[in-house]
Amino acid sequence: MTINLTLLVVMGAMLAVGIYLLLERSLTRVLLGIILISNGVNLLILQTSGRAGEPPIVRDGMEAGDYLDPLPQALLLTAIVIAFAMVALLLALIYRSWVLGRQDEVTDDEEDRRVAATIGAHDPEEDADVGTETSEFIDAVDPATGTVRSVSPAEPRDDAATALTEGSRGAGES
Amino acid sequence: MIIVLAVLFAVSILTPLFFSWWGRSTFYLLTGILSAAFLWTFFYLPVVIPADQDAPIGAPNAPPAEVVSWIPQLGVELAFRMDILALVMSMLITGVGAAVMLYCARYFPRGERGAGPFAAQLFAFAAAMLGLVLSDDLVMLFIFWELTTVLSFLLIGYSAHRIFARRSAIQALVVTTFGGLIMLVGLLWLGELAGSYRLSDILASAAELNGTAVDIALALILIGAISKSALVPFHFWLPAAMAAPTPVSAYLHAAAMVKAGIYLVARFAPGFYDTAFWLPLVLGLGLLTMLIGAYRALRQTDIKLILAYGTVSQLGFLMMVNGLGTEDAALAGLAMLLAHGLFKAALFMVVGIIDHNTGTRDLRVLSGIGAAQRPLLIISAVAVASMAGLPPLFGFVAKEVVFESFYGYAEVNGTWGWVVLGGVVLASALTVAYSARFLWGAFAAKRHPAGHPAAGTALPQTQFHHHPDAVFLAAPALLAAATVLFAVAPQPLQQLMEPFAALFEPVDPAVEPTYLALWHGLTPVLGLSALTWALGLGLFWRRGRNGRALHALPEALDAERLYRVSIRHLDDFAAWVTSKTQRGSLGWYLFIIMAVATGVPAGVIAFTGHTIPGHFILAEGPMQVVLGVLIIAGGLGAVWAPKRFIAVLTVSLCGWGIAGQFALQGAPDLALTLLLVESIILVVFVLALRTLPAGIWTQNPTRFRFGRALLGAGFGLIVMIAAAIAMDRRVAEPVSVEYPWMSYDVGHGANIVNVTLVDIRVWDTFGEISVLAAAATGVASLIFVKRRDVQRRQLHEVPTGSVGRVLSDKALSPRQAKEVQVARSFATVAREAWLVAGRTLAPEHRSIIFEVVTRLMFHAIILISVYLLLAGHNTPGGGFAGGLLAGLAFVLRYLAGGRYELEAAIPFSAGALMGWGLAVACFTGVVPLIFGGQAFQSFVVDLQLPVLGEHHLVSSVLFDVGVYLVVIGLIVDVLRSLGSEIDVRSEQEHRRDSAGGHSIHSQTSLGVAR
Repeated sequence: MTINLTLLVVMGAMLAVGIYLLLERSLTRVLLGIILISNGVNLLILQTSGRAGEPPIVRDGMEAGDYLDPLPQALLLTAIVIAFAMVALLLALIYRSWVLGRQDEVTDDEEDRRVAATIGAHDPEEDADVGTETSEFIDAVDPATGTVRSVSPAEPRDDAATALTEGSRGAGES
Repeated sequence: MIIVLAVLFAVSILTPLFFSWWGRSTFYLLTGILSAAFLWTFFYLPVVIPADQDAPIGAPNAPPAEVVSWIPQLGVELAFRMDILALVMSMLITGVGAAVMLYCARYFPRGERGAGPFAAQLFAFAAAMLGLVLSDDLVMLFIFWELTTVLSFLLIGYSAHRIFARRSAIQALVVTTFGGLIMLVGLLWLGELAGSYRLSDILASAAELNGTAVDIALALILIGAISKSALVPFHFWLPAAMAAPTPVSAYLHAAAMVKAGIYLVARFAPGFYDTAFWLPLVLGLGLLTMLIGAYRALRQTDIKLILAYGTVSQLGFLMMVNGLGTEDAALAGLAMLLAHGLFKAALFMVVGIIDHNTGTRDLRVLSGIGAAQRPLLIISAVAVASMAGLPPLFGFVAKEVVFESFYGYAEVNGTWGWVVLGGVVLASALTVAYSARFLWGAFAAKRHPAGHPAAGTALPQTQFHHHPDAVFLAAPALLAAATVLFAVAPQPLQQLMEPFAALFEPVDPAVEPTYLALWHGLTPVLGLSALTWALGLGLFWRRGRNGRALHALPEALDAERLYRVSIRHLDDFAAWVTSKTQRGSLGWYLFIIMAVATGVPAGVIAFTGHTIPGHFILAEGPMQVVLGVLIIAGGLGAVWAPKRFIAVLTVSLCGWGIAGQFALQGAPDLALTLLLVESIILVVFVLALRTLPAGIWTQNPTRFRFGRALLGAGFGLIVMIAAAIAMDRRVAEPVSVEYPWMSYDVGHGANIVNVTLVDIRVWDTFGEISVLAAAATGVASLIFVKRRDVQRRQLHEVPTGSVGRVLSDKALSPRQAKEVQVARSFATVAREAWLVAGRTLAPEHRSIIFEVVTRLMFHAIILISVYLLLAGHNTPGGGFAGGLLAGLAFVLRYLAGGRYELEAAIPFSAGALMGWGLAVACFTGVVPLIFGGQAFQSFVVDLQLPVLGEHHLVSSVLFDVGVYLVVIGLIVDVLRSLGSEIDVRSEQEHRRDSAGGHSIHSQTSLGVAR
């Protein structure tokens, strides 16, 4: 297949400039970059139909190969209109971003910054020293009385509490 | 075996349902099922015992097995095999499991909400554990292994509202999964070395497997076993796991799950006990664990923790015996495994009963329970005595054999053997001491210790809330009874375990194999046992009643501290890696993506052979070159343009240039459509961005200008090269050579592109118009936020000159103020307006010439658009071009007459337009189906009209009408959103700000037609 150098170079230039703009912070430039990239891709698809040909309107006495390949054209027509819809959507997004945040820039993600800030940070719950508990039934309701069962019914409450803290401290130390 | 496993898992899934019906009585059902499974294992006895234990599946006289192929490509299969080891483990799992389930039926209060899922998890654990010991496939083994880990995590975290339970659960999960993953590497490595993932095959070919690789693989597997069985340095998770409800501790953390590591060691020992790292790891860590665990058990004041550290100690013990690799040790290991399961589960259950009825497990509070609760005391005494290795109990029988095997090992192997034996004896003495401490702590009547205000006086008698009923006591009683039974009659167990022990060589050919019995005669081993009792009881008497009398281990050896520090560092490292790779900058990610998209194809092109394309032309004609230069200039202009609108204009220049290229190549449809689209994009751009500042300035100017330019150029170049190579190498005939006759004869149209769109590839187009409708809805929802069809005022209610009026000249410079005044003077019209809503515009925004031109052209444009639509089947045009042109006509009306003019021009909802468009398109698709054709099949209707003559109407034209409507709807929607609605908003803001202060709108929206 013959290669059309002009179309090839123009396509390359469109893509190059488009990528350059796509990597900008300004949203308007990003959108322009997207438009240019889609231009470049359109030219790429156009090139796949080969050398210039007759407009694909069926006439008598024409060979199928005389027409410019109609399939890439159908694809291109679709692509052009879709690109328009996308541009409109992105414009609405830019406007919305301007209304909400008074900025039309690609901003850095705060969440990622927060992750970076957690290096060396301590979670108080993670790092707290917790004594071992000496019963599973500390907070169980006594079915007989309907009240929360005291730690050790055999002893007065405060005595039992000291015994319990001692116990947990002992377990933590060992 | 597979059926039993499947049934068990199915029951576990259904358990929460049963629980909602029967409450805690469901545990009886679960007990019954596990008992049945226990009985089921007995049916294997006559088959398994005479079988050849090391015969792989399929060999003659092999143990029973079942194999179902699962992933044959990877050699993974559902292979299950029941040999002696698996049988003993199965009996332990199902037997103790049944007892634990029975115990649960009393342990949980009647209305406990969390108990349903708990029961399901506990039961699923039994199934997973059974699967683990039956698996003969390394991958299946690993899956069940991890399943037990996950279930253990869920069960430890049962009291999820307690920090301690949550932390313990996570700790157990992290530690055992860490070991499990290392083990996975070892298992896969071993499987690859052996060329089979079948466990029995690997063990059968163990003799040929040697070398450093096998040594390392086995060491990795051992690390998994060590972490699971809580050996030093991973031992700390097991005492913390005591946060789980006591039945879980009894089952998972004493009888079953922690035995998985022991099982693994016992499983691999016959083939691999002689690998380089095996004995050092097993004996060294085992002994260390046994000593540390027993020592720390002596210091605990929580009776459950005494048992927990005791379990750690015993696991070290079991690991040593099972890993030793002699005939005697194998028999001893299996017997000890069984003995430990029986007495430790029983003791945990006793602790649970005490905790349940007194609300504490602190031995400094508990006092005098032994006198009040005789049955409980008897059960505990039997189990504790078994733990201490006292006759006539099974613990004693097992321990005798263990001592015997270590004694024999020491006699043959000299110094190190004696060191090990000495360590074991010392640790056994400590075991006796902590056993005594447990019994004393739980049941004895005590006095206040020295230092207490009431030192010397008796502690108050601990009362039970309820008398534990027979069901509650049944499970521990049964287990304790089994301990006695096996001691009195060990012969059946001897018969069962002998074939397994026969897999190993005796330590010395001269040594007679030992056997399970209460009385071996007056041997040195009996002397060792007596020594441990004396030492242990003495230690308890001197120090055992006051745990503080013993020194704590140095902090540097505290493995839990080490674990916490390493986890914290791991977290920090993860955050560091995340912050380096996930930097939060979209531009950076795009840069990486594009760099890869450039680099990879560049590499492929560079390293594969390509010929330089031969057929080049510079261009089809000079015009193409001129246009090309223009397009590139437009693109570069977009980079350098300082203001938004200049940038947009230069980009539009590119679009128009490309439309020219289309025309030159011979694609009139494309050229037409692209021209229209570019024009509309230009207008929409200006409308949307008019409220933004004119200059493209940013607060954070983008850096890496040179790098981005380089990347862009590189990407463009790579695509050029790839495109050139691809086009040069094209060999196939394009499918589209068939299109001309197809479109003319089948599609009944001469315009091939149009017929392709509405007939040949109609599904594509149908998808596309759906996308258009979605995009339009997106635009509208971004701008209107709440609803699209805002009710505007009626035209006659709008005061003349009210739209877009500059209310105050204060914000303007004198020059601007003068301009506004001149504009106002020109806008006064004497005669009837050209446009219906022209009068509503503020005078400074009116252009009479524009209004006149619009008036003259609007209807003509609409007519042309309809022509394009209908004629598009045979000449350039079609639904897209027609729709865009009609849309452009509405753009004109809006620009000339403002938002009320737009409403007057098209009084329909944009959503309705698009909806009707899609409906019409659907209709043309569905109608042929009704008449027996295919979806979207075209047909011709011949009409004989009185005046217009004969006409062919092709049905696909109707589809194009749908496209036409959707496109108009899209443009109207965009106009109403980005045009009218933004007008309204900026006017409101303008009004608010006119009193004072500068608004961005007041500075930027001037001069733009409203």
